[in-house]
Amino acid sequence: MKRFLGFIKKEFLHIFRDFRTMIILFGIPTAQILIFGFVVSTDIKDARVAFLDLSKDEATQKISDKICSSGFFRRVDDLQNYNEIDMAMKKGIVKAVIVFGDNFGHDLISQGKATMSIIADGSEPNTATLITNYVTAIVTDFNRELAGTSATGNILVQPEVRMFYNPELKGHFMFVPGVITLILILICALMTSITITREKEFGTMEVLLVSPLKPVHIIVGKVLPYFILSFIDVIMILVLSWFVFDLPIRGSLILLLAETMLYILMSLSLGILISTISKTMQQAIFMSFLGLMLPTILLSGFIFPIENMPEAYDWVSAILPPRYFIVIIKNIMIKGTGFMYVWKETLILMIMTTLFIGLSVRNFKVRLQ
Amino acid sequence: MKEAVITVKNLVKKFGSFTANDNLNFEVYQGEIFGFLGANGAGKTTALRILSGLSSPTSGEVIVAGYNAKKDPEKIKKNIGYMCQKFSLYEDLSTRENIMLYGGIYGMSKTLIKRRTEDLLTKLNFREYSDRMISDLPLGLKQKLAFSVAVFHEPKIVFLDEPTGGVDPITRRQFWEMIYETADRGITVFVTTHYMDEAEYCDRISIMSDGRIVALDTPEALKIQYGAESVEDVFVKIARPKP
Repeated sequence: MKRFLGFIKKEFLHIFRDFRTMIILFGIPTAQILIFGFVVSTDIKDARVAFLDLSKDEATQKISDKICSSGFFRRVDDLQNYNEIDMAMKKGIVKAVIVFGDNFGHDLISQGKATMSIIADGSEPNTATLITNYVTAIVTDFNRELAGTSATGNILVQPEVRMFYNPELKGHFMFVPGVITLILILICALMTSITITREKEFGTMEVLLVSPLKPVHIIVGKVLPYFILSFIDVIMILVLSWFVFDLPIRGSLILLLAETMLYILMSLSLGILISTISKTMQQAIFMSFLGLMLPTILLSGFIFPIENMPEAYDWVSAILPPRYFIVIIKNIMIKGTGFMYVWKETLILMIMTTLFIGLSVRNFKVRLQ
Repeated sequence: MKEAVITVKNLVKKFGSFTANDNLNFEVYQGEIFGFLGANGAGKTTALRILSGLSSPTSGEVIVAGYNAKKDPEKIKKNIGYMCQKFSLYEDLSTRENIMLYGGIYGMSKTLIKRRTEDLLTKLNFREYSDRMISDLPLGLKQKLAFSVAVFHEPKIVFLDEPTGGVDPITRRQFWEMIYETADRGITVFVTTHYMDEAEYCDRISIMSDGRIVALDTPEALKIQYGAESVEDVFVKIARPKP
């Protein structure tokens, strides 16, 4: 046991003395949370719009005011003719232009209907969709008011949309679980595979294997510090998102931490597996990045919904452990569900962990023979 | 009568249909410097792994430091030291920390480690480097330190796998002086090398070819037997691939 403790202490020294490792462990998680939370916002706020009002009457004035006072838009320009729309978009001053044709107010009164256009910058599809949806909603609201004041107004069915669990559709509700998933894979799998292959490359692994330390002690001694540090990382991320974004944890904190431990264990065993197949650090880094990081970002449902993927990608995604953890962590944190709703994903993660450990042990034995 | 610390009888190691070690028989005596030579791929590494308890023999009897390599590899590991051609020290730990780590791994007590560390630092004239990172040390010093760490726990046998690869002649000479000193203390030195001048320094050498030991004796006796000027000549005569 004393031998083992000295060995663990050494691994901590490796970590604390390496500036890059410390950055990956504590700098990147903090930066990612803040970047994803603040910068990569999927909500719109103060989106710049321009108006092309060829009618200039009471109705267009009311609608424009309503749009600008909503808090989502900021009027940056008033255009004079259609030719200026293209220019304004190209210059990038505006994300959308709202157009009222000639006789808008007149048509509205005499014919009971009028047409306006929302022209959005399609080179940013997400923002464009959001803008058009918001403007449409505001105009619908205007219609309702109009119908209320006029005696001839039709009674229409008004759907009222409510977003459960995330009423304001806040982006960081989605990003925080995603970042935790990504960070853990990064630290656990990438870092452990690097640290183990580094010993191989430097020849110290051979010396350790010849020493009285048992192989299982060597492996556990190498990954245990990462287990502890990544767990601290998760707590750090949760506290950070609580204070900065008021992100709640609606379900059981204990369940969340337990599931996180399972996921850390899975990532560590994956890292060990990678280290048993790669001979050099470069191979390990390559495998972790290409095999884990990119698929996690692209295919796990972290950013792009799995439902929208072609079926083939869906199959690839099914073998990615992060996909299941994202479901678990979102369920517990955002929806506040209990274990009964995530037992399937938990079971899959457990099976994967066992499989990875089994494969690693087999590879290790073949190497020693 | 010299006491054998390594006894190998009819050692065979097979990987599938490939025979890496074909019926090896030899003994290594206590306090001896035993040179283990052979061309690349002759089966040296395989034999070394078996002797150091890393790998199990297919058949035959291997006794190292009094323990059977098939049954008690863990006990063998406690009684041997090992140094490979790459420096087996951690670059981001200091001299003292490296010594502490290896002393701890071999189950030595803290007080014993402390005492021997001080002795070692004085002996090597290493005091000024004791708290420096290994990465700051010159190559020759690293080499000396790696060897000292390999015998720090006073093992019965120390295995050196091409310990002087890529080192300048002066450092090599100094390194061999350390090896002699260690052997004088009664620690058996089992060394593989590609440098034939180093082979001349050994008490006895064995030469492997195609998985078999084809010669084993003192360097002098082998030179006479093969009518050669140097061990290098002997080696070339024996280990040259058959036409």
